[in-house]
Amino acid sequence: MKKFDLIVVGAGHAGCEAALSAARLGLKTLLLTINLEKIALMPCNPSIGGVGKSQLIAELDALGGEMSKIADETFIQMKTLNMSKGPAVQSKRAQIDKKEYEILMKKIITYTKNLILRQGTVKKVLINDSKVSGIETEEGSSFLCQSLVITTGTFLRGRIIIGDKEYAAGRMGEYPSARLTASLNEIGIKTDRYQTATPPRVDKRTIDFSKMKEQPGENDIYFSFWKKSKNKSNISSFLTYTNKKTHEVIASNISKSPIKSGIINTHGPRHCPSIDRKVINFPEKVRHPVFVEPEGRNTNEAYLQGLTTSMPIEFQKMIVNSVAGLENARIIRPGYAVEYDYIYPNQLNLTLESKNIENLYFAGQINGTSGYEEAAVQGFVAGVNAALKLLKKPPFMLKREESYIGVLIDDLLTKELVEPYRMYTSRAEQRLLLRADNADIRLAKYGHSIGLLSHREYKKVLNKIKSIENITNLLKSKFVKPGEEAGKIFNYLGSSDIEAPVKLYDLLKRPEIKIIDIMQYFLLNENKIDSEVLKQAEINIKYEGYILKQLEENKKYSTIEGISLPSEIDYHNVSGLTFSAQEKLNYFKPETLGQASRIAGVSPADISILMINLKSRKI
Amino acid sequence: MSENDTIVALATKAGNSAINIIKLSGNKSIEITDKIFKSANKKKISKLNTYNIVYGKVYDDKNEVIDEAIVSVMKGPKSYTREDVVEINCHGGIASVNKIIDIILQKGARLAEPGEFTKRAFLNGRIDLSQAEAVIEIINAKNITSLKIAANNLTGNSRKAIKNIREQIVNIISELEVKIDFIEEDLETMPIKKIIKEIQSIEKKIIELIDNEKKSEIIKEGIKIAIVGKPNVGKSSLLNIMTGKEKSIVTHIPGTTRDVVEETLNLDGVPVIFKDTAGIRTSKNIIEQLGVKKSREEIENADIIILILDNSKKISDEDRELLKITDGMKRIILLNKIDLKNKADIEKLDIDNLKRVIKISAKEKIGINKVIKEIKKIALGEDEFLYEEKVIVNKRQRVLLENALVDIENAIKTIKMNYSEEFIITDLKSANSKIAEITGEKTGEEILNKIFSKFCIGK
Repeated sequence: MKKFDLIVVGAGHAGCEAALSAARLGLKTLLLTINLEKIALMPCNPSIGGVGKSQLIAELDALGGEMSKIADETFIQMKTLNMSKGPAVQSKRAQIDKKEYEILMKKIITYTKNLILRQGTVKKVLINDSKVSGIETEEGSSFLCQSLVITTGTFLRGRIIIGDKEYAAGRMGEYPSARLTASLNEIGIKTDRYQTATPPRVDKRTIDFSKMKEQPGENDIYFSFWKKSKNKSNISSFLTYTNKKTHEVIASNISKSPIKSGIINTHGPRHCPSIDRKVINFPEKVRHPVFVEPEGRNTNEAYLQGLTTSMPIEFQKMIVNSVAGLENARIIRPGYAVEYDYIYPNQLNLTLESKNIENLYFAGQINGTSGYEEAAVQGFVAGVNAALKLLKKPPFMLKREESYIGVLIDDLLTKELVEPYRMYTSRAEQRLLLRADNADIRLAKYGHSIGLLSHREYKKVLNKIKSIENITNLLKSKFVKPGEEAGKIFNYLGSSDIEAPVKLYDLLKRPEIKIIDIMQYFLLNENKIDSEVLKQAEINIKYEGYILKQLEENKKYSTIEGISLPSEIDYHNVSGLTFSAQEKLNYFKPETLGQASRIAGVSPADISILMINLKSRKI
Repeated sequence: MSENDTIVALATKAGNSAINIIKLSGNKSIEITDKIFKSANKKKISKLNTYNIVYGKVYDDKNEVIDEAIVSVMKGPKSYTREDVVEINCHGGIASVNKIIDIILQKGARLAEPGEFTKRAFLNGRIDLSQAEAVIEIINAKNITSLKIAANNLTGNSRKAIKNIREQIVNIISELEVKIDFIEEDLETMPIKKIIKEIQSIEKKIIELIDNEKKSEIIKEGIKIAIVGKPNVGKSSLLNIMTGKEKSIVTHIPGTTRDVVEETLNLDGVPVIFKDTAGIRTSKNIIEQLGVKKSREEIENADIIILILDNSKKISDEDRELLKITDGMKRIILLNKIDLKNKADIEKLDIDNLKRVIKISAKEKIGINKVIKEIKKIALGEDEFLYEEKVIVNKRQRVLLENALVDIENAIKTIKMNYSEEFIITDLKSANSKIAEITGEKTGEEILNKIFSKFCIGK
C-alpha cells in the first residue's frame, strides 16, 4: 500500500491551501478529489474578497498562502468597498475568471514538489488506536498516511433540490460522497445538515444591459503584498432590481418554494437568503438589487447575484424574466439548493485537529462555514498544523486579538452556531487593529517562522516596519513655526493657522491634513518614502487614540488567554461552577481559560473558580 | 479580566461603626493613594517603608478635605495579597467613606468582586491550598446570587430603563454595522442625524439613572434634617411627635437639649435623620456653649432645615439670626404653638414666601402631616420622585453607568469629528458591554441577530 505523510480529501479552496502548505513544508502529500477537472471551483459567486473576507485573504497572503496571488492573476474586475470609511473596514472585492482560477491553481498544484494530485472518492477513514492511519476509496484504492485533512465542502451526502425535484449530488453535475459520513460517525465524529443555495446563470447575449446601471471596477489594486500582478482587467458588472411583478410571481407561487413546501428544513446562511425568503420576510420592500456579474472571459455565463432560488425551473424563468434587462434572458444553468453534512466544530482544537482522533484535521465548509476565503484560511491552518506536528514543531495558532483567522477559529470553537458561518468585520473586537493593510506587519513573522514565507519577503516587512518607525520619529521631532508662509499653507489646506510651534506629528492628527501634505510642504528635503510606509505611519498617528484604546483592551485578554485547561476535565466534578457553566464547558471543552470566558453561559465568577481550581491542582 | 489591576473595597462592615477601613490592592494602589491623601508630615506614601503608618487627610478633586485618615502601606510581596496593599482608616461615617471610594475609582481602581482579595491572596500563593474551597465558596455564593442580585437590585423601572438603553445601543450599533459589513446591499439605514439624536437620548437616560442613584444614596443614608429654633420653641416636642418617642427631654426650661439628639424616622420608606439641636443663643454655661457650636455645624451639614418660630412670643433677634443663617438653604419654616395667642408678627419678617410658613401646634398635634408632606416634597424633589420605582441601589452599577456615559460622550465626539462608523461603534460597543454587565448579560451575537431580523440582507 502506498504511504503518504499527509492525505488531503477534497481539492476545493480549503483542500488546495492545505495540500500546498503541507507539501511546501516538506510533507509527502496526496490530494484526492472526486473530479480532477474541478480544482478550486467557485460554484457560487465567482468573486473573492468583500468586507471581512478581504481581511482574511490579506492575512492568508501575509502567511504565505496562495489564494491572494491566484486571485490577482485571474480577476476580471477589482474594487474597494467602504472607500469613504476608515482603513480598517476598507475591503477589496474581485470578480474572478472562474475557469482561469481553476486552471492556474491546478497548474500550481501539479508543479508543486512533494504533492500528488489524484482522482478518488474516499469512503472510509482508517483508524489505529484513536490515531489516523489511512483511507479507502470507493474505487478500491487504499492509502496509508500519518495525517489526514478532510475538506469535503458540500459533498458529504450532498443532495440537490430544485422545486420538488431532488437528487444526490455534491454540486450540480457532480457525484456526492455518499459513505464518508458514516465512517466519520463510526469513529465518533458528530455531524449535522446544513443547506446553501445558488442563483440561476443566464446567457450574457440575452441580457439588455442598457436597462441596467454599469458597475465598473478600479485600476491598479491587488490583494497580494508580495508579487505585483500585471493583470489590468476591468470588466464591468451591472446592477438592476427586482420589482412588483417579481414579488408577485414569488408570492403567488410560494408554496412551490422548497423552503415553504418543507423539502428543505435545514439551516441555511442568513446572509445569503433566497429571493423567496426575502420576499416572505420583507414584504414591505418594493425591490431587491440584482447584480449581473460575468463568470469569465471565455464564457457567456452571467451570475445573477440576488436571485438565489431553488424554485421549480419554470418559476425560476418567470422570476428572472420579470427583472428589468432580463426580460428575454435565457437560463443556461438553473439555481438550486444543496444540503450536506458538516461536523460540529466544537470537536476540534485550535489547530483544527480533532479532539478525539489524533492527526485527523477538518477544514472549510465541513466545519460549518461558508465562503471560499473562510475555507482557504482554515485549509492553510489545518495543512500547516498537520505538517508542524509531523515535523515535531510547535503548533501554529493565531489569537483572536491578532487576526481575523484567530477570530474565525475561536468563534467556531466557542459559539453555538446555527447557520453556516461567514466572516464580518463586526466579529473582530479589535477591528481597528486587524486591518488588511497591516496584515503583513502583524503576521509575516509567523509565515516566516513556519517556513512558508521566504526570507526575502520577510526582510521586506522588517524594512517596512523600520521605515514606519523612522518617519514617525521624524514627525515627532520636527516642528512647524508660525509665520506668513505656514499661514498660507494652512489656509490652502483648509486648516486653521498656528500660534506657537507645532509638531508635525500633532499636525497630522488634524482630520483635514494628510501625510502627503506634510511631506509636500514641511518635509521637502526628505528622500522619497514608500507610499505604503507613509500610509501606515499616517493611520497609526491619526487614529492613535482609538488604537491605544484597543491595545489596552488587548492587555485585558492576555492574562487569561494563555492559561490552558486540561482536556480531560469533567466539569460536572468541578465544585463551585454553576450547572449551566458545567454543561457548556463540557460541550465546548475549551483549550484555554480565554476561550472558556467567551462561551455563553460561563460567567466571570465561573472563570475565577476555574482559576482557583487550576491553581490548587484540583483539575 | 485582568489580574493585577487595582481593586478597592470597604473592608469593614458597612454601617455606623466608628472606624471604617478602605482597602486597596494592586499595582496602582500606592500611586492612587498618593493622589488623594496628604500626610501630616508631607511624606508621600510611595516613599514610606512597608508596614509604615501615617496620619493625614483625604482630599477630593477640588482639594477640599473629605476626612482625616490613618493610612498604612504594605508593599508586595509581603502583604495579604502579595500585591501592594494600602489601608485607609477613616472615621467620617458612611457618607465620607463612599466619597473616598468614589474618588479612588475615578483615579483608576475598580470595585473588588466579593472574595477578590482572598482570591488574589490565594492565586499569588499567599494562603494555604486548603483555603481554596473557602474562596470558591465565596465566589460561588456570588455566582449563584448574582442573578438574584441583578434582579433584586434593579427595581422594575430601573431594570426597564437599563434594558431599554441596551436595546437602543444595540439598535444603533446594528444600524452602523450594516453600513460597513453590508455596504453592497441596497439597504435603507438610519441617517447620521437621527443616530446623533438617538445617542443623545441614551446619554440623557444614563445621566438620569446616575442622578437617581445619587438621590437614592442620600435616601439610603437618610435625609439629614436639623431642627432649629430659639430655646423652648418646641423642637423636641415636634421631634417626639414625629418619632412617637420620648427621646428628647422635653421641659419648659430653655436650654434643656444640650447636645444634638438624633432620631431616625421612616417617612413612607424614606429614612430621615432628625437632629434636634440646642437653641442658638449666647450662653455662659460652658456645656451649653458647646451645644450651640455643634448646632451651627449641624445646620451646615443638614440636607433640610426645619426652623421653628414661636407663635406665642414676639420675633426675637435670635429668630432673625436663624432666618439669616438658613437663608438660601432648603428649609421649612414652622410657626408653632398656634393653640396659644398670637404674638409673633411674622408678616413683618423678610421671608420670601410667607404662605409656605406652616402653622402647627406640637402640643395639640395640629399641622404635623403638612410638615411630613413638605419634608418629602423637598427631599425627593418636585417631580414626585418615586423612591421605590426609580432607584438603582448598587454602587457597582453606578460606576458601570458612569463609565458607559464616558463612552457615549466619546461616541458623540467621534461623530462630530466626522470619523466613520467603525470608530463610533468602538465607543458604543464599549458602552454596551458595560451596561450589559449591570444585568449580568454577555454581548455576543445580538448585533448580527438584530441586523438579520431588521434588514433584508442577501444578494
